[in-house]
Amino acid sequence: MNQTGEAIVEIRSLVNRFGDHVVHEGLDLDIRRGEILGVVGGSGTGKSVLLRSIVGLKQPDGGSIRVFGKDLQRLPSAQRTQIERRFGVLFQRGALFSSLNLQENVALPLFEHAGLSRSDAERLARVKLALAGLPPEAARLNPAELSGGMVKRAALARALALDPEVLFLDEPTAGLDPIGAAAFDRLIMTLRDALGFSVFLVTHDLDTLYSSCDRVAVIADKRVLVADSLATVEATDDPWIRDYFHGPRGRAASLAARHHSSPQGERR
Amino acid sequence: MPDTASRPGMLEQDAHRLSAVGDWTLPHYARLREAVAKVHEVESIDLQRLGELDTSGAALLVDLLGPDSVREIAQWAPNLPAERQALLKAVADANRNPLFAPPVPRGNPLAALAGLGQVAELLARQQLRLVAFIGLTLSTLLKTLFTPWRWRITSLSAHVQQTGLNAIPIVALLTFLVGAVVAFLGATVLRDFGATIYTVNLVTYSFLREFGILLAAILLAGRTASAFTAQIGSMKANEELDALRAQGLDPMEMLVLPRVLAMMISLPILALIGMLSGMLGGAVVCAMALDITSTQFLTILQRDIPLEHFLVGIGKAPLFAFVIAVIGCLEGFKAGASAQSVGEHTTSSVVQSIFMVILLDALAALFFMEMGW
Repeated sequence: MNQTGEAIVEIRSLVNRFGDHVVHEGLDLDIRRGEILGVVGGSGTGKSVLLRSIVGLKQPDGGSIRVFGKDLQRLPSAQRTQIERRFGVLFQRGALFSSLNLQENVALPLFEHAGLSRSDAERLARVKLALAGLPPEAARLNPAELSGGMVKRAALARALALDPEVLFLDEPTAGLDPIGAAAFDRLIMTLRDALGFSVFLVTHDLDTLYSSCDRVAVIADKRVLVADSLATVEATDDPWIRDYFHGPRGRAASLAARHHSSPQGERR
Repeated sequence: MPDTASRPGMLEQDAHRLSAVGDWTLPHYARLREAVAKVHEVESIDLQRLGELDTSGAALLVDLLGPDSVREIAQWAPNLPAERQALLKAVADANRNPLFAPPVPRGNPLAALAGLGQVAELLARQQLRLVAFIGLTLSTLLKTLFTPWRWRITSLSAHVQQTGLNAIPIVALLTFLVGAVVAFLGATVLRDFGATIYTVNLVTYSFLREFGILLAAILLAGRTASAFTAQIGSMKANEELDALRAQGLDPMEMLVLPRVLAMMISLPILALIGMLSGMLGGAVVCAMALDITSTQFLTILQRDIPLEHFLVGIGKAPLFAFVIAVIGCLEGFKAGASAQSVGEHTTSSVVQSIFMVILLDALAALFFMEMGW
């Protein structure tokens, strides 16, 4: 349905370091239109740093990141903001503004960037909250009153506020119970099919990888070892990948995915 | 840039058939919404000439058609691309429940009165809680007093350094300046009576009895009470206090006692420094503007000023220190999980501790005056 293939984010020989500690060196990766790209790697391999470099929160120390065909680092700040508005980011712990309620949280980018009136923005915000699967009563709650799953959904609604073309998710299912995590995975896929955005998904959740990712990129040794379909990645001969995908958890997730994909499983 | 080539979205009506034309996207939302509001609910719409469509446009179409007919979109608009249909269906599903939460009941005229009562009650509760917290602090202090192996010397000395040692420069500078100002004031008033020599008495009296301790206490209330609140408040937000309790450790003993004791050690020393530095400021002005040499200043100080003034001043220091530290810590415990709450309680702790310091100082002044000390 979506013409996958066209790369909308191109990362070439990216270098990131903190002091003497080199996180990335010569890292290449593409995000293609309409795909869900899972990014995995051990703790401390710089998955979140990669995400922050792409969305412009961290200045890379070398290499280039081209987004929609433009190099973000070289653009004047006004045009940069224009491009950054086409991103939606879901931070690891939600990062909802604690002084605003949910509907104001989602409405903020709408009336700051899209110039809507307050009532229009809040109305649209309620649509987004409902799209993210939150009940109408939640609109007036403050972030401190929410459970972990609701925080993730609200953060997703805020990330979707400006109809982004690329959605960056930093461990969206971490801290959710398995049922909530599965529902969140389904939600991401439904919205991706409906809204046609691309997803850059940093995760440790093997079930998420098996159930929703079109491609998986493995980060190790400061670069992307392999970025391809799950089957190809699984077959790659690398000790870390073997341990990751063929360890007890990997096997269980793979089994569960195969078991349920055949009857077009709604429930997992 | 999709926005540059954007054709504004419109609603066109011709011969009983509505059609959506152009881009139904966020930039055109406000205008489209007005157009949609004018049309009564319709069953179907022509989407052949629709340009771009995003969630905001889809939400408008759902408003226009009602969620039920949008969900059956495949029947009346079979030519629409599948992803458009999916988008419209997703938004329609989201709209299944009424989007507007039941309105919050508006307050009646008596609400203001009720609000006043609530504030008064809150204030009373706050004082009660402060008293309770003071009691808790004292009982914890008594408990640990006889178990010297539980004294937290490292933590105590670290807090003495932060609240006492690091505050010396600012206290000294501030009291020096105020001492100079008081001396100038005294000189101006007393000159008319030919009694400029009494400037010395004015400066020493005021700094020994009041200003030394008061200025030091107010500075620490601003500098340290806020720090205590922010430290403990952010620990609470991070669930560190719960972690302490879960490990069977007492936050009162670990966090509050070292801070309170450090404050009670630091403030008397800072008050002494404040007194000395204030009198020095006065002496400098006396020497430069009034021709009262430092020898003369010291002689008058030694001959005319009894020790009890110093004792009255320094005697208040431990009390002030205790109140400031306890308020700072208590506000930290009261803070909620959010950054905003920590900020509010930090402000509150500074305001409360300065208020309490001045109130107690006024009461003490009355008491000492009646006692003739």
